Amino acid sequence: MKKMAKPRLAVWKFASCDGCQLSLLDCEDELLAVADVVEIANFAEASREIQPGPYNISLVEGSITTPHDAERIHKIRRDSGLLITIGACATSGGIQALRNWKDVNEFFSLVYGSPHFIETLKKSTPISDHVFVDYELRGCPVNKYQLLEVLNAFLNQRKPNIFPHSVCMECKANKTTCIMVAKGIPCMGPVTHSGCGALCQSFNRGSFGCYGPKEATNTNSLGGHFKELGMSGDGVMRIFRNFNASAEPFRKESEAHEK
Amino acid sequence: MLEALQHNGWTIIGPKVQDGVIVLDEIQSVDDFPIGYSDRQGPARYRLTRRANKAVFGYNVGPQSPKAVLHAARKVIWRGKKNDLKSQETAEPLPHIAFVGIRPCELKAILIQDDVLLRGPYGDAFYAARRKNLFFIVVNCGQAGGTCFCASTNSGPKADSGFDLSATELMGNDDHRFLMQAGSRRGEELLASLPARPVTEEDLKESGALFAHAVETMGRTLDTHGLKELLYQQLENPRWQEVAERCLGCGNCTSVCPTCFCSTVEDWTSLDGSEARRERRWDSCFSVDFSYIHGGSIRQTGMSRYRQWMTHKLAAWQDQFGTLGCVGCGRCITWCPVGIDITEEAAAIRSSAQQKEALDGND
Repeated sequence: MKKMAKPRLAVWKFASCDGCQLSLLDCEDELLAVADVVEIANFAEASREIQPGPYNISLVEGSITTPHDAERIHKIRRDSGLLITIGACATSGGIQALRNWKDVNEFFSLVYGSPHFIETLKKSTPISDHVFVDYELRGCPVNKYQLLEVLNAFLNQRKPNIFPHSVCMECKANKTTCIMVAKGIPCMGPVTHSGCGALCQSFNRGSFGCYGPKEATNTNSLGGHFKELGMSGDGVMRIFRNFNASAEPFRKESEAHEK
Repeated sequence: MLEALQHNGWTIIGPKVQDGVIVLDEIQSVDDFPIGYSDRQGPARYRLTRRANKAVFGYNVGPQSPKAVLHAARKVIWRGKKNDLKSQETAEPLPHIAFVGIRPCELKAILIQDDVLLRGPYGDAFYAARRKNLFFIVVNCGQAGGTCFCASTNSGPKADSGFDLSATELMGNDDHRFLMQAGSRRGEELLASLPARPVTEEDLKESGALFAHAVETMGRTLDTHGLKELLYQQLENPRWQEVAERCLGCGNCTSVCPTCFCSTVEDWTSLDGSEARRERRWDSCFSVDFSYIHGGSIRQTGMSRYRQWMTHKLAAWQDQFGTLGCVGCGRCITWCPVGIDITEEAAAIRSSAQQKEALDGND
């Protein structure tokens, strides 16, 4: 019997910190199993050997922040069967979307010695603002088990077991005590997409909202409750404006508390 | 008593202080119990406190209920290999569990889950297996918490049946003792092995006063009179929209509810597709996917999801299973991050319906 060709996988980087694609390398125990079932055709973090497309699956990390990248993503889309974005940058614009509230030109002289070499866009935008995206995996960074699960699901042609409900559901399943109710610590969990396994709460920290808005968020109610817990309006603005600042429900809530 | 249970092979699960709350966990000795602890509870608020005395069970329910053990948040229900679809999942022997120190409302919730998960043609085999070999030592409540309303739902503060042993903690006249009652033959046998003296008038008087005190100090009340008909008639009440503006749709209420039983199943595969497993996990009617059928979700708005949950608990449950789906434990009030109070919502709907009736009557 003729052996079936393995699906070809490519990993792409846009404006990002590389943390999400490193999650793939972080799959130490499972990495050989991944290499068994896919051909890694383009993954600069793992190999200098870059093979030309087309690719069956492209994992895209990072947001679009330059005119060059806004062009480049279209070629990747054309070369890819499935395009899956990984992480907060690629799905909502990332922490660098904080520039969306400022004039980016003002940063140039502060950050760069020769600002005239810099060519950049006014806003940091998610991949889905530019091309059709088949699947979005959340997180800052993504959870390596979820990354494997998405690859696994696509390879086995089933629905990925990734859930758009709140982080609270994960806390309760883990029997982690609600720190907001029991200790009065503000927590983004009730408006945040699950996936991290409620990591912060198990270390007595309120959620940072790394996975962005859950389905059907009610940020207004939670923002009001944060104030009842003693948080300032500025504090509420900041808690909603971090890794997923530009995701619509978080953006609106942070703007509602902006002076 | 704990030693006698352990000697007979029972794993003991009971209350324990952990992470600033009282949880249910495995108990090794009496020292594990929350001796001298209590709690203050209100909407979206729980604080552990210290008592002036050494009461062992001087607190009210924490976030977890026996549901976490009997109907676990996650469970593998099938495992198979490619080309061999016969389930490989082997039923591991389940430990014999003695619940020591659960409350009357929690026992009532188990009996309600029994009605849901054991009866009828589609009983849950996993729940049925776990439901066997359990021993219940219920501790009646001598005080009520800020979000308790079991007196309204007829599920406390004293358990009437369903237990092997019930205990009431008495501390009057500086005499720390337990008033025990057997509810089964096993309970009688255990009781006979314990150091005990016959019950006195004084004991009964003290326990009666405690129950009366608990009923009087219930933090909440729920008027259940005609509640089913009321809610069915008020499906378009504007209060649903008002509560939806506060509701986060986070699913905390359904997770902590001791009777909420809804679950979903998901299929997992090994990376090479040679093995698969099916898992069941808690779902919530507050998730959008919960009502997903071909083409989309039926309950698209927060309003429709909250209304579904509350009308199921307080009305439709009666049609389905013959009881309220609520035992008045107050967990959904305490553990709602924004403190939505089911008793307050029910009262608001009742009062607006009455006002409308009065206005209509004046026309």
